[in-house]
Amino acid sequence: MACRTCLWLLGTTFFTCTVRLVVEGTEVGATQGSQPEPGVVGSNHSQAGGGHGSSISGIQIVTFKWHHVEAPYLIALWILVAGVSKMVVELNHSLTSVIPESALLILIGWILGGIIYGADKMQTFTLTPTVFFFYLLPQVILDAGYFMPNKLFFSNMGAILVYAVIGTCWNAATVGLGLWGCWLGGAMGDIDIGLLQFLLFGSLIAAVDPVAVIAVFEEVHVNEVLFIMVFGESLLNDGVTVVLFNVFDAFVSLGGAEIDAVEIIKGIISFFVVAFGGSLVGIIFALLISLLTRCTKNIQIIEPGFIFILGYLSYLTAEMLSLSAILSIVFCGICCQKYINANMDERSVTTVRYVMKVFANGSETIIFVFLGISAIDPAVWVWNTGFILLTLLFIFVFRFIGVFLLTWILNKYRLVPLEFIDQVVMSYGGLRGAVAYGLVAMLDENKFKEKNLMVSTTLIVVYFTVMLQGITMKPLVTWLKVKRAAVTELTLAEKIQNRTFDHMLVAIEDISGQIGHNYMRDKWHNFEERWLCWFLMKPSARKSRDYIFNIFHQLNLKDAMSYVKEGERRGSLAFVRNETKADVDFNKKFRASFSEIMPDIMADNMGPDHVPLSSILQDIVPSVCLVMHEQDLTMRESEDFNAHHLLQQHLYRGRKQHRHRYSRSHLETNRDENEVQEIFQRTMRSRLESFKSAKMGVAPAKKIQTKHQKKDKPQKMPNGNSSDKSKNHPYGDKGTCSLLFTSLLHYMKWLTITTSPSSPIKGPPTSCGMHNNTVPLKGD
Amino acid sequence: MGSTNSTLSKIPNVEELMQETGFTPAHIVRLYDRFEALDKEKTGHLRPQDFGAINRLAMNPIGDRIIGAFFSPGQETVDFHSFVRILAHFRPADKKRPKDPSMPEPVNSRTSKLKYPPLVFSLISVAFQLYDQDKDGKISRAELLQVLRSMLEMQVTEEQLESIADRTIQEADLDKDDAISFEEFRKSLEKVNIDHKMSIRFLR
Repeated sequence: MACRTCLWLLGTTFFTCTVRLVVEGTEVGATQGSQPEPGVVGSNHSQAGGGHGSSISGIQIVTFKWHHVEAPYLIALWILVAGVSKMVVELNHSLTSVIPESALLILIGWILGGIIYGADKMQTFTLTPTVFFFYLLPQVILDAGYFMPNKLFFSNMGAILVYAVIGTCWNAATVGLGLWGCWLGGAMGDIDIGLLQFLLFGSLIAAVDPVAVIAVFEEVHVNEVLFIMVFGESLLNDGVTVVLFNVFDAFVSLGGAEIDAVEIIKGIISFFVVAFGGSLVGIIFALLISLLTRCTKNIQIIEPGFIFILGYLSYLTAEMLSLSAILSIVFCGICCQKYINANMDERSVTTVRYVMKVFANGSETIIFVFLGISAIDPAVWVWNTGFILLTLLFIFVFRFIGVFLLTWILNKYRLVPLEFIDQVVMSYGGLRGAVAYGLVAMLDENKFKEKNLMVSTTLIVVYFTVMLQGITMKPLVTWLKVKRAAVTELTLAEKIQNRTFDHMLVAIEDISGQIGHNYMRDKWHNFEERWLCWFLMKPSARKSRDYIFNIFHQLNLKDAMSYVKEGERRGSLAFVRNETKADVDFNKKFRASFSEIMPDIMADNMGPDHVPLSSILQDIVPSVCLVMHEQDLTMRESEDFNAHHLLQQHLYRGRKQHRHRYSRSHLETNRDENEVQEIFQRTMRSRLESFKSAKMGVAPAKKIQTKHQKKDKPQKMPNGNSSDKSKNHPYGDKGTCSLLFTSLLHYMKWLTITTSPSSPIKGPPTSCGMHNNTVPLKGD
Repeated sequence: MGSTNSTLSKIPNVEELMQETGFTPAHIVRLYDRFEALDKEKTGHLRPQDFGAINRLAMNPIGDRIIGAFFSPGQETVDFHSFVRILAHFRPADKKRPKDPSMPEPVNSRTSKLKYPPLVFSLISVAFQLYDQDKDGKISRAELLQVLRSMLEMQVTEEQLESIADRTIQEADLDKDDAISFEEFRKSLEKVNIDHKMSIRFLR
C-alpha cells in the first residue's frame, strides 16, 4: 500500500515534468523566464495548440490539446501531488509524532524538487509571492480567525499586542543592527549591502509565522493561554511586518540621504494607519457577512459560499488599500463567527467549518511542499557562512531575550503571571515560515544586489525553525514538564482525593471569580446585547441564544410546578403514594425541548459573552500541561486492577485537563460536552430532589442512582421528618428550599399575570439566572 | 482599581480581616467586588441561591458540596468576613502557612471569637468536610459512596461503585472500623502535594 502511493506520487511528478518537457521541446523559442508560476505560464501557449491541427486536411478524430488545458491542468495536478504527499506522510503515525508533519512535507518537497530539477535542468515550479499571498495564505488565516477562541483572545489581548508589536520591532531592530554591526566588523566578507537593507532583512525575518506555529503546536499540547499568546502574536504581527517592510523598502529606494525626521514620523503614523485600517476593513466585512446571512434564509444551499467570498474580498480590499491584509481577514473571521453561526442553518454552519478546514489544511500542505521544492534551485543559492550563521544565532538569541524581557514587564500587570516554562516554550516556539520567504522573494533585484543571499538565508532559517525546532519542541516540553510532575504510584484513595481536590480548586476559582468585574467589559456586553445582536442576528436566532441554564431552569420550574399542583390536587397523602407520577425524566426533557430550541448551542464557536456548555471548558491555569497518560497500572490482584481501571476510565475529568480548543485538523471533541452535560443534569436533578423532599417531606432515595434506574424511588415516610432532610441537602434544607421556592414564587406570579394561554409568552423573570432576559417557553 | 481605598473603607473590620487571612488590600477589594456581584439583592449576605447562580458551578460534580462548605450547619447566610475566611484556605503557600496542615493556622488563634471548631480551618479539614456531610467526624461507607457516585460517570454500575468504595476503605482504614476518621484521611493524603494543587494563582 505504501509502495503504491509512493509510486503514484513519483509517477505523477514524472508525468508533470515529462509532459512539460515534451511540450516545451516542441515549441520554438522556449521563453522560460525567471520563475514561472506553477501552471500560470499559459500566456504564450494559450490557444496556439488549436492552430496546429487546422492546416491538415480532413477531420481529426482525436487531438492532443495540451496547451488548451495546460494552466488548469498543472494547477490541479500540483494540488493532487500535495495531497498525495500528505497521505504518504501520514501513513506512519509513530513517525509523525516524532517529526512534525510540516517537516516531512518539506522533505518530500525536496525530493520532488530534485526530480523536477533532474528532469528540467531548472526549477520550473517554485513558490512565487503572487501565488502564495493571493491564493494560498488567505484561507489559512481565515481559518485561524473563524475558529479563534474569542474570549481567550480578547482577555489576553494586551499581552498579545505587546508581544506582536513591541516584540517584533525589537526582533527586527536587534537582528538588523546586529547583522550590520557584524558586517562592519568584516564577519561576512565583501557583500554589497547597507544598513537599511539589513534593517529590511531584519524586519522580514523577525516575524513569527502563523502557518508554522500551528503546524508545530498541533503536536505539542500546551495550555490555552500559552497557545493563544504565540498564535495571537503570529497573527497580529503582520501589521508591524507590513509597515516595516514597506517603510524600509521606501527608504532603500530613496537612498539614505533622504531620510529625516519627517520620513520617520510618517513611518510611525503609517503603522497606526495600516494596523487599524486593516482591522477596520475586516470588521466592515464581518458586518457585511453577518447582515447577509441574516437574509439568506431562502438560499440556504449557497450560504456557505458567501463567507468564503467575502472573507477573501476583505483580504484583497485591504491589500488594495495597502493596509494589512492579514489583520483584515483575521478580524473579519473573529468578528463574524458568532453572528453567522447563529444566523445560518445548522448544516450550513457545519459546511462552513468543514470546508474551512479543508482549504486551510490543503493550503498549508501545498505551502510546505513548495517551500521544499523551491530550495532545489542552484540559481538561487548564495552561500555566505557568516551571514547565515549570524542570522540564525541572532534570531534565536534575541527572541529569547525579547520574550523574557517583555514577560518580566507584563507579569507585573497580569493577574495570572506567565511562568518560566511558558516563556521558554514561547521563545522556542517563535517559528519563521513561508511569510518571510514570500516577502523576501518580492524584493527587487536591482535595488537589492544581495537578494539571492537573503533568499538563501531565509530558506535556511525557515528550515531550521520548522524542522529542527519543530522536532525538538515536544521532547523539550516533555523534559521541562516531567521535572515538575511527580509521577508516583497512587493508591485508590489518593487518586480519588486528587480528583476531588482538582474539582474543589476549580469550584473555588469559580466562586471567587477569575476575572473581576470590569466596567468596560460590562459596557461592551450591554452594548453588544442591545444593538449588535438586534442588528446582525435573525430574530429567531436571537430568541434561542439564551443560556442553557435558564432554559433548563425553566424546565425545572415547570416540573416543580406540576409536582406541586399535582400534590395539591390530590391531597398530600394520596400524593405521597403516587410520587412517581410527577417524576422528571431529565434526559428526555432536556434533549427534546432543548434540541429544537438551540440546535447549535453546543457548537464551539459561540461568542465571548455567552456561556454555552462547551465554552465553559476553559483551562485557566497557566502552566504547561501536557495531556499525560495516567500511570500504567501494575498488576495487582484482579479486584484492585478493576477498581483502578474503573477510576481511570470513569472519573470525571476536571477542567484543567481539557485541551486547547484550536486545531488545524480536528473539529471539536465530543467527550467534554457529554461529560459536562451529564454533570449538569445531575446537579439539577439533585437540586430538584432536595426541593421535593424539603417541600413535601419526602425523603430522597437512599439508593444511589445509576444509569439503569432512571426513576426515583423515594421510600414512604411521614411528613416533616427533619433529621432525614438534613442528611442529604448540600446546603441546609432551608437553603435548598429557598433556592427553588423563590423562583417558584416568581413563576406563580407570572402565571397569574398571563391571562390567556394564547398571549405572547415571555418567560418568567428568574432570580437565579445570570441576567434577566425574558425567555419564550416553547410548547407552553 | 483606583478606588481601592474607598472600597476598603466600606468594609468593616478590614484591618483585622487582612491580618487574620493574610490577603493584601488588592485581594480584599477584588473579593469584595466579587461578593457584591454575587449578592444581587444587596443584602450584605450571600445565600445558597446566589452561589447557585454561578453557571460554572453547576458543571462541577461536587459544586453543591462546595457551596455547602461555605455555610456552617444552621447558618443560612454568609457574610463577607466568613466568605473571605473560607477563601483564605486556598491561598498559595507562603511563609505564614505551617507545613503541617493539622497545626492551627494564624486564623485559629482567634477561634474563640468564632463559632467554628479549630479543625475546620485547615485545608484538609475543608476537604474532609466535603465528604463528611453529617459531621460525625468519620467518613462512613455511605458517604464515600455518595461522593464517588457524584464523581464517576453514569455508566458505572452499583456493584462497581461499591467495590471501589470497599477497596478505598480497605486501603485507608487503619483501625478497621469501616469508616475513615480524620487522622486516617490525613494520612492517606501524605503523598498528594496539596499546597501545589491548592494554590490559586490569581490570589497571589
